[in-house]
Amino acid sequence: MKHLVTLALALTVTASAAPVTLTYWQYDYASKVSTMNDLIKKFEAQNPDIKIKQETFPYDAYNQKVASSVPAGQGPDVVNMFYGWLPQYVDSGYLQPLPAKDFPTAAIERDFVPMIKTSKIGGKYYALPTSVRTLAVFYNKDLFKASGVLTPPRTWEDFIAASQKIVKGAPPRFTQLGFGIQPDGQDYHMLREVLVRQYGGSPYSADGKTVTYDSAAGLKAMTFYTDLYTKYKLGTPNFFPGNNSYRDAFIAGKVGMIIDGSFAVATIQKGAKFNWGVMTLPTFKGSSVRSNFGSYWVNGITKNAKGDKLAASVKFLKFLTSAETQRTWLENVGEIPAGKKLSSDATLRRDPVYGPFVASLPFAHSTLFVDEAGQRKAWVDAINTVILQGATPASAIKRAATDEQKILNEYYK
Amino acid sequence: MSITSKSAQARPPRRAAGSMKRQQTRTAYLFLGLPLLFFLIVRFLPTLMALRMSLFDWNILKEVQPFVGLENYARLAQDDRFLGALKNTALYTVIGVPAQIALGLAVALMLGRVTVLRGLYRALYFAPYVTPIVAAAWVWQWLFSPQFGPVNTFLTWLHIPPQAFLTSPSQALGTTAALIVWQNLGFQIVLFLAGLAAIPRTFYEAAEIDGATGLQAFRSITLPLLNPTMVFSVVTGTISYLQLFTQVVNLNFTDQGGPLGSTMTVALYIYQLAFGRFQMGYASAVTVVLFVIILLITVIQLKFLTRRYDV
Repeated sequence: MKHLVTLALALTVTASAAPVTLTYWQYDYASKVSTMNDLIKKFEAQNPDIKIKQETFPYDAYNQKVASSVPAGQGPDVVNMFYGWLPQYVDSGYLQPLPAKDFPTAAIERDFVPMIKTSKIGGKYYALPTSVRTLAVFYNKDLFKASGVLTPPRTWEDFIAASQKIVKGAPPRFTQLGFGIQPDGQDYHMLREVLVRQYGGSPYSADGKTVTYDSAAGLKAMTFYTDLYTKYKLGTPNFFPGNNSYRDAFIAGKVGMIIDGSFAVATIQKGAKFNWGVMTLPTFKGSSVRSNFGSYWVNGITKNAKGDKLAASVKFLKFLTSAETQRTWLENVGEIPAGKKLSSDATLRRDPVYGPFVASLPFAHSTLFVDEAGQRKAWVDAINTVILQGATPASAIKRAATDEQKILNEYYK
Repeated sequence: MSITSKSAQARPPRRAAGSMKRQQTRTAYLFLGLPLLFFLIVRFLPTLMALRMSLFDWNILKEVQPFVGLENYARLAQDDRFLGALKNTALYTVIGVPAQIALGLAVALMLGRVTVLRGLYRALYFAPYVTPIVAAAWVWQWLFSPQFGPVNTFLTWLHIPPQAFLTSPSQALGTTAALIVWQNLGFQIVLFLAGLAAIPRTFYEAAEIDGATGLQAFRSITLPLLNPTMVFSVVTGTISYLQLFTQVVNLNFTDQGGPLGSTMTVALYIYQLAFGRFQMGYASAVTVVLFVIILLITVIQLKFLTRRYDV
């Protein structure tokens, strides 16, 4: 019956005006795909002259898939991307800037959280998110209690003290970690965007073209982070085998604290068989400088969308970034809203799990990547020279800066 | 079919046999031609395309792909990561090929003497070869884990301090090579068992009558007659080590080729350049270099290893 009604509706619509069909791409993640299916149904009901076709691809191959459709001029009209890929996609001419009359810059900056400014390239916005992610500390309440840690640490000094009470064993044989150190997990983001800033520095120049962490602040940050392993022996990278080592070990109840993104909430919620909590990233004693690393997935309009398709894409994008969709996304996928208004919602800020992530939004910074994989490798290798080869933090921060600057120069040449 | 019967009727018997032969040859060409066509399209054509692509600054995210001549090759000569990968790949080959041949031959000789539970022994040695590489790599990660690994537990019993293995830049390559040798061993053993079975028993009986010791018989009969098997093993083994990829990727999934590039291979580097960073032109240049290296080594090996023995 329902199908018949839809069919009848479709037929009447076809009779009046040829419907526009848009293709939407995102990567394959069960709750995102099903939520999007529901949203599409809702959107199509509101806009009978527009049909949306959702196509999804496995996460590992997604960037490749999107990138390889570029030269062929194929692929989606509206596309979901990691914000870090934007410079490359804009540069390739793949995306078109959001029409200024539909998405005025002033309104975007008034309505969305500050970190989305990395989507503004050459003064124009190219894409907008539905939701965003920040980092926080996940901690194992049971391990805290068993180790005599009475209160969750608010400062980095307390963070070290608490971890030292929990850790068992010594390198290279640990049986329990105080802190699930993992440079190639979220740690290198934390080091770059949180520690460097908390020491009074800034990782990049304002235009993102120059590395500026080869400084006193950068050195302090690198020293602090590598000391967690070399001096305080709080834990070790790759504690568990596999590609989410630190998170898997935390879920197994073998790690006191990890630093992870809000995207990990669902996995931890499902897997952890103990009491756990979330707290905002610590600050240094006697300092109030807070910082966080924000990342997000954006929706942009490709150059394929022209004429009617462009108008329809604008409508769809407005729908995807509306407060209503943001709320649906939070409830069904568990990602925090990108809109200022909704993310300052009192109940959300008080939420024991999402609260700490939401509270970090006003001071969250995101990095403008031009080669996400290469830039990550520069940092991870630099950190590894210290913890695996005994190099000094000074030479490590210099190495990271040299390697990363080389990648930036290659891109901006 | 109808043509064959027609011509068979129309021609005298002797000529019919000749035409039949021609017919068969034609059919053979047809059957060989199809796979050849397939190879041309999916193997040779892409190779030629890669050769061409390597002369361009070909980034799939850019709209223009400028011609740069040999610039990519010049860049390779100064690329530390590439040179490191090349050195590692050579190390894998130098460690892996002799090790798997020596171990394979030793086990095959011993298996030749086993009479009780023969099938079981053979199956056990062959099992790693048919185990999916990804699964084996993950088990290896766990076996050699500095924290929980049974290997380290075993070492502590022997009063040897625990080792970092895959997490140490100086030990990771050796540990990875060990996994590959262990995996390839089953296949090596099967090859040698077949090679050994092909040597006529009469040679050994004659040697025994002449009073030759076991070692003498091994050196003068077994080794020379195993030469074809040996050549096959060395050549295919070398090629597979030079193209090493899957094991390395799965042993350190978050820092592939790490720690600190210590397990990086040329093939993995090509993959990262092409599909991680989309630098197709540069990746193609590495591919061409690897292709030339493999071709040269294979030709040299075939020339110097193949011997004819008249017995």
